Amino acid sequence: MRKSKIMSAAQAVANIRDNQTVMVGGFGRSGTPFALVQALVESGRMGLTIISNDLGSPREGLGLLLNGGQVSSLIGSFYNWNPEAIKAYNEGAIQVKLMPQGTFSESIRSAGAGIPAYYTLASAGTELGKDKETRIFNQRTYVLEEALRADVALIEARVADPLGNLVYCKTARNFNPLMAAAASYTIAQVQEIVELGALDPEVIVTPHVYVNAIVKEEHA
Amino acid sequence: MTQPAEVPARIARNAAALFNEVSDTFVMNLGVGIPTLVADYVTNENIFVMTENGMIGTGKSATPEEAHPQLINASRQLVRETPGCVYLDSAEAFGLIRSGRVDATVLGAFQVDQHGNIANWIIPGGKQLGVGGAMDLVAGAKQVVIAMTHANNGKSKLVRECSLPVTGFTEADIVVTEMGVFFYEDGHYILRKIAADATIEQIRQTTELEFLCAAKLETMLP
Repeated sequence: MRKSKIMSAAQAVANIRDNQTVMVGGFGRSGTPFALVQALVESGRMGLTIISNDLGSPREGLGLLLNGGQVSSLIGSFYNWNPEAIKAYNEGAIQVKLMPQGTFSESIRSAGAGIPAYYTLASAGTELGKDKETRIFNQRTYVLEEALRADVALIEARVADPLGNLVYCKTARNFNPLMAAAASYTIAQVQEIVELGALDPEVIVTPHVYVNAIVKEEHA
Repeated sequence: MTQPAEVPARIARNAAALFNEVSDTFVMNLGVGIPTLVADYVTNENIFVMTENGMIGTGKSATPEEAHPQLINASRQLVRETPGCVYLDSAEAFGLIRSGRVDATVLGAFQVDQHGNIANWIIPGGKQLGVGGAMDLVAGAKQVVIAMTHANNGKSKLVRECSLPVTGFTEADIVVTEMGVFFYEDGHYILRKIAADATIEQIRQTTELEFLCAAKLETMLP
């Protein structure tokens, strides 16, 4: 008997501990696992480091985690959509590490691919690159960037099979497949769970080996 | 002079016109604000708009009936698919940018200086906290086009030296404003196109950076 990966959002996020690092997929509202984030808010876990491109808009999704004082630091690319995150940073309530979006995604991809570090042009010669190790290739200055991994990843997909093979929906794919591979424990929120064998193996984007828990989003 | 409401459309129309003659596959990335409008003026079917959140073949804005909540561009606008469009994860999208597969990026800016430096990611002062794809795009795209208003509250955005934090080592290859189109060549900006309702003298008065004028000036689209 295989152990089932299908569980409730509350059961899945019960694996998250205080002070852990949690990656969360999504770009704006697209591809954000709202049900899993809500369960994390309700879990009351504190001191979390959240790795996500942005923090969405105020008073929804990851914004609620911030409002509840559950976040100690943010690692991401763009917080201008959530002025409450900027305010919290300015007041010293949270730490923020800002990364160019391509560096953010490549660092996550690297973690999933077992690459500890790589060089990129982005941020060379800027304030974001000023403390980074550099090296010149083909007469251009590159900065050294390290892989970015997490204890837990919360991701969103359209369809899963019972093993956890995943297919995404349009631009909701964004960071989700990268994060699936870059965490020790990956929880996928999905709209639909189909029978084993129902997904065409040629179209599966995320192989099941990265996925530890599957949560079906409940449509009220 | 141009009425403010017409300015973004004019800038976008002239930015799109730069590439409407391409005869081979041409991948174009569009930034937030005025650059997003460029999509509405692209008529050449060789041009494929890519959006760095993960799509090639991004269509125009979607009507409420067409809109799918999961289908957005990098400005978070609901957009359409086009035939043959394809979705990518964000790492692959930026791989395209880094590896030179994006032929042009059209971006907004706060300042461009006469050395070609671009400041378009942050105005310090605590109201902003984001960089997005700006640094990856200016470093990786084959051509960087800045589409922006000529001035902000009467202050030239084409400056001698950027006073705001720069976005990278790269130069802005072309700058399109409502008054003119400037090309960066051999360390200078050259005014090659001028708006029908502007004069060189007016542009000199409203432009801080030093620029050269092409011998034969073309007229911008209205």
